[in-house]
Amino acid sequence: MKLAVVVQRYGQAISGGAELHARYIAEHLARHAEVEVLTTCASDYVTWRNELPDGVDRVNGIAVRRFPVRHERDPLEFGKRSEHVFHERHSLGDELDWLDAEGPTSPALVDYVGKHASDFDFSIFFSYRYYHAYFGVRAAGSRAVLVPTAERDSAIGLSIFKPIFGGVRALMYNSPEERAMIQALAGNRDVPGVVVGIGSEVPQNPQPNRFRQKFNIRGPFAVYVGRIDENKGCKELFEFFQTYLRESPGRLTLVLIGNTLLPVPSHPRIRHLGFLSDADKFDALAASDLLVMPSYFESLSMVALEAWALGKPVLANGKCDVLKGQCIRSNGGLYYEGADEFIATLSSLERNRWVSASLGRNGRQFYHEHYDWPVIERKYLDMLDRLSKETSTRVPDPLPGWMDRRRQDRAPGAEVVAALPSGPVTQSERSPVVSRPQTSQPPVMNGKDHRGSGRPPQRPPHRPRHGGPARTGGR
Amino acid sequence: MSDFNVRSDSVNVEEIMEQIRSRIRDKRGVDYTEQQIRELAAVKLEKFLDPRGVRSDLLEQFRKAQPAYNPPELPNYSFEDQTIYDSTRAPLRWVRKLLNPLLKLFFNPNPLIQALNIQSRLNTMYGEREARREATRRAFDQLQYELMHNLVIETTRMSIEVKNLKMRVESLASRLEFNERRARALESVVVYKPSAGDDRQPAPPAPPATFVPREPPARPQYVAPQGGPRPAVAGGSEAGSTRPPASSAPPVPAQGPPGEGPGQRSRRRRRRRGRRGGRPAAAIMGQPGAPQSQESSSEAAGETPAASSPASHETSSTERSTQNPAAPSDPPTSQDQ
Repeated sequence: MKLAVVVQRYGQAISGGAELHARYIAEHLARHAEVEVLTTCASDYVTWRNELPDGVDRVNGIAVRRFPVRHERDPLEFGKRSEHVFHERHSLGDELDWLDAEGPTSPALVDYVGKHASDFDFSIFFSYRYYHAYFGVRAAGSRAVLVPTAERDSAIGLSIFKPIFGGVRALMYNSPEERAMIQALAGNRDVPGVVVGIGSEVPQNPQPNRFRQKFNIRGPFAVYVGRIDENKGCKELFEFFQTYLRESPGRLTLVLIGNTLLPVPSHPRIRHLGFLSDADKFDALAASDLLVMPSYFESLSMVALEAWALGKPVLANGKCDVLKGQCIRSNGGLYYEGADEFIATLSSLERNRWVSASLGRNGRQFYHEHYDWPVIERKYLDMLDRLSKETSTRVPDPLPGWMDRRRQDRAPGAEVVAALPSGPVTQSERSPVVSRPQTSQPPVMNGKDHRGSGRPPQRPPHRPRHGGPARTGGR
Repeated sequence: MSDFNVRSDSVNVEEIMEQIRSRIRDKRGVDYTEQQIRELAAVKLEKFLDPRGVRSDLLEQFRKAQPAYNPPELPNYSFEDQTIYDSTRAPLRWVRKLLNPLLKLFFNPNPLIQALNIQSRLNTMYGEREARREATRRAFDQLQYELMHNLVIETTRMSIEVKNLKMRVESLASRLEFNERRARALESVVVYKPSAGDDRQPAPPAPPATFVPREPPARPQYVAPQGGPRPAVAGGSEAGSTRPPASSAPPVPAQGPPGEGPGQRSRRRRRRRGRRGGRPAAAIMGQPGAPQSQESSSEAAGETPAASSPASHETSSTERSTQNPAAPSDPPTSQDQ
């Protein structure tokens, strides 16, 4: 079997969510099939500047073919277009212009995918929201498999993506919440899809004491791993943790690992260690009492899975459906939706060692059942095997004509997303299972349909990405 | 925040979260939105005012029952000097005018005309005044209803706040109690270590029987209190005592004064701890109505602390000695559950 993995960036040093996801999948599938990676010459997701040479390269033994990006992203232009398509009525042409402004605009990559589609059994596209995936899926035709890595943000409400979700051969979802959201949006229950997610390279013997000695950390602590950013819920985390320090007799310290875009409060029990190597990160997770995940938007939290793999409980933001759903399905973590709940859950995890250890054990079991690499590989291979036995002529609908593209009849993206049902999916899917073509039964969701319910979405207002160092729509 | 009860072997996150949330609700009350407060106010109104037939949605009902006020068109007439001769037909008007002198031969119509004219003006004035008064009254009624409605809402809000504050006071009281217990537990693990100067102190003569008030001990230089009829304590505090100068006394052995048994020192230490930890914080802070400690009551009675109730001191120190030294970091069971 020959597979193409098509992703916006690729490289050993690229640690973005979807990019890392793609690399892991490519490397693991390479044990079972011939894999070639098709990507761009960009390494910076803000500018998409061509920084790597085009042509064929090898990364960890995988052939990587890079294509130049036609133009860099103009943050102002992209911000303006985002504001327009997310919050105002617009046309299909506006959405396509937005996609072009977002990048990475690499027609050469799309051309290659179109011309060589038949050379591969399947082309696996990562991140639905980028240029390469939108036009690449159309070019690959019936051999396109999509890993959407979709979050509940305004971009998914754009109408250009509906035909993509309904026109690919299969969808590899990261979480049941992501699947429910996409199926509600695109009505693509007949498209084969399976919740896969991703594993992680968790070391067998992390060294917690080494971490404590190296960074001079004593006593119990909660760890946060990731970019320290308001969009990640870190501002709220700081507020809540400072309240915990004031009001609770607990002894936990908050240890932050990652680059910061926010000022970190100055307090002896809030420690920022900066960006750490993977070894230090895993040592930190192993030494910690729990992992805090304050993010509002996740399609899959890899660090939460890593914490569970190491037997640590997770304290997640309950306003994120995916994290909440993972906590409920795994019985491996608690969640909070306000300062009171944050303090209560944190104190409970700190004091009740038995529950904390049980949650960690459950999390570890959940990880091994659903996110261990053999399980992930088996899900991919089973799905590809099944697709290769089926004949399908499913392709995305062609783009509308010139007049239709200019008709101002598209609803704002944010409005469309607000109308989607929300809430965690509480039913767990047995693993490894390759789903059959989806029936008309939607997954059981804890939340309600916003339409007509009058329930205000308990989320912070969406902050449109103006091309700055915001999320790339990765995991 | 205390912990939760998990009965089964396997934890259930949703169950735990439900318990945590119910504990938060119990502890802090519920944070009501403006809409919820209004609903609560409506419910209360219904509860209390329904017997009289007053609706809970007072203002709405009032507005519904009383539409916007329009002054009624009161019947009136205008009466001028020519009104009685007036007619739509011109020849008739001319004939009436012609015969007017003849009419005046029979009676004088002028006072009648004047009276009717005044009456007509009075009617107009009365109508206008009545309309103004009615409008004012209705506006005032509406204001009263609105005021009452707001009062009910504010009362409801205040009652909720009072409830929340009560809960917070309870929470603070329990936390204060916990801290007190923690402080006592910390004190109980402090070990008395005699300083070198203590060893060189002479054995003082037996102090007088009068009780000398004891200063609060300062750690780690622990100062032994003045004893009563008990044997004198080596290295005891000089404050307030009438003992002779140290130079005049013989040197004291390191193990204590002559005649002191091996367990006496530790017993005394336990008694002191017992006395120190015996008073509740409220009594120390001079809270009115707080119970007086045993020591203070015995002092007031002129007894020495040692003579007051050694048995009770022994008991309390025994209890304390069974406490886990790690208690400060380990909250009490009541906090846990």
